[in-house]
Amino acid sequence: MATVTEPSPAETKSASGISAAALVRVLLVGVYFGIVLAKSEVARWERVHKMFLFQEALMYQIISVGIVVAAIAMFIIKRIGAKDVTGKPIVYKPKPYHKGVVIGGMLFGAGWAITGACPGPIYVQIGAGEWLGLVTLLGALIGMFAYAALKPKLPH
Amino acid sequence: MDAILQPWPWWVSGILVGLVVPLLYWAAGKDFGISTSLQQFGAMCSPHSKLDYLRNYDRRGGMWLLAFVGGIALGGYIGSHLLSAAPIEFLPASFHTGAGVAKLLVGGVLVGFGTRYAGGCTSGHSITGIANLNWPSLVATICFFAGGIAVTWGLGGWLFAAS
Repeated sequence: MATVTEPSPAETKSASGISAAALVRVLLVGVYFGIVLAKSEVARWERVHKMFLFQEALMYQIISVGIVVAAIAMFIIKRIGAKDVTGKPIVYKPKPYHKGVVIGGMLFGAGWAITGACPGPIYVQIGAGEWLGLVTLLGALIGMFAYAALKPKLPH
Repeated sequence: MDAILQPWPWWVSGILVGLVVPLLYWAAGKDFGISTSLQQFGAMCSPHSKLDYLRNYDRRGGMWLLAFVGGIALGGYIGSHLLSAAPIEFLPASFHTGAGVAKLLVGGVLVGFGTRYAGGCTSGHSITGIANLNWPSLVATICFFAGGIAVTWGLGGWLFAAS
């Protein structure tokens, strides 16, 4: 159906490996997602705490509906062979299984329960002016460096 | 307009969260996932790192993550300051103490270490992964909740006594 056209100058990849136009589009999707995380209350510690206490259904409902909507979107994308805005096919890159999925997954869950923030909400809190989000981010960066250093010794 | 200024209902939020996956594919052909941004920061902060995890990371290929998380922060500002009737309390007052800061730092370490070891977080594994019927992502998500529930129920009384 749609013919693949030559990329416009704005789509020409810069030194950063991605076009300036694509970066702007990604930024806008980020703004959209940040607004949703704030307005849905997903980025609030109390909501996360009450999710883990089974006192509120809100988080479970949001995550479940999100998965279903994303799954329907993926079904349609695969069915019609949808392409991205530059005409490249959309392909999901599967994340592999290894022991870290279990061990790291449980450690992340513990951190999520303590801080009330998974990675997205950390950035939302900082942007919203909740400066304690910077502490969580600092911790997350320390954790990332720790993983980078220990990776060769960890079971995978 | 008033409905927008209140917290949004779960089904509206859920639909809008799910739509990020196709939006990001359409916008840049990228898999929706946020915790890789930590690796991006790490690789950029240590360009001469001897650690394979950072040395072999494609910094240029991950540049989009900076735009994405910058946008998320901007969206956080818009959502909480321009689109909310009352300021959003992200963290309870009990975190604005020395002990609270220590909790956030330790919890943050677990978030950073755990997501990178697991290869993804709520966005990459729970939303994008499960939506693509990637079974390791389902395992990861079950473990996220196992870890969170264990800490909340096991240590919650001690950890959050003042909360």
